[in-house]
Amino acid sequence: MIFVASFLVVLMLVGAVAASIFRDLISAVIAAAFVSLVAAILFYLLQAPDVAMAEAAIGAALTVAIFIIAIRRTKRYEE
Amino acid sequence: MRRIVGILLLIIVAVGIGRSLVKIPFGTSRTKVGTHYINEGIKETGSANIVTSVVVSYRGFDTLGEVTVLFIAAIGLGAVLTRSGGKETRKIESASLVLYTGCRLLFPLILIFGTYIFIHGHLTPGGGFQGGAIIASGFLLIYLGCRERRISKIASKLAESLGGLVFVVIGLLGLLFGGHFLSNFLPKGTANTFFSAGIVPIIYIAIGFKVGSELAGIIDNLIEES
Repeated sequence: MIFVASFLVVLMLVGAVAASIFRDLISAVIAAAFVSLVAAILFYLLQAPDVAMAEAAIGAALTVAIFIIAIRRTKRYEE
Repeated sequence: MRRIVGILLLIIVAVGIGRSLVKIPFGTSRTKVGTHYINEGIKETGSANIVTSVVVSYRGFDTLGEVTVLFIAAIGLGAVLTRSGGKETRKIESASLVLYTGCRLLFPLILIFGTYIFIHGHLTPGGGFQGGAIIASGFLLIYLGCRERRISKIASKLAESLGGLVFVVIGLLGLLFGGHFLSNFLPKGTANTFFSAGIVPIIYIAIGFKVGSELAGIIDNLIEES
């Protein structure tokens, strides 16, 4: 259990670092969504299914959609 | 130079937080109120899901504030983004066949799942916020897949306002019958059955409608502008 949780935390860290260094903003948003998704799995494993559901629905679906809509209106690549 | 100072400050903050966190024993309950909720929650509120009993019953007033914050955010976004009057002039790109068919197939299932989540909030994990978010993601799918479809603004506003109204009215009825705002004045029934927990499922259904229509409205506003 502790190994699975640690593995998921490492995955989240990788996703978060990737989200901050990607120059392509769409890729960065997808990486952030990945962090949310792994966080949802982690919440579920730590017996917080209520939070997991909210995290999966809001973090991994709605936020990503809002970010992508915003990127479409502005620029895709960071300078 | 600035970078070195920044790193130094960061280290000081990290050491401070670390030292204070070490003092707190991990995994033991230090507060009496948490233990009380776990031991007495089912008896006192009749809701089998303890999280729901805390969110809607013990901390119901906080939830009202939370819903209000979401409401204000949605209103603000609408005020900033809504175009005054003008009809949509840009040509809508139609989605691919796979997305179109998939969204028509999945949309009713997502709606049913979201509704299930918020109606059974007092029995199983989930509740109004989660169910509402799932329903809004269903509407997002509709906006991506079937781009010519729009939800009716009036119906969305109506669901949103009715949800908030039901919440406040139930709270006031609690003030009338139970002695304090949002008191659980309906019979609690036996825990783990569908008709149990008094006002908790009613409030969660209202929150589900409110959150669902608000988040769908936010997406509607954003997509119209893009």
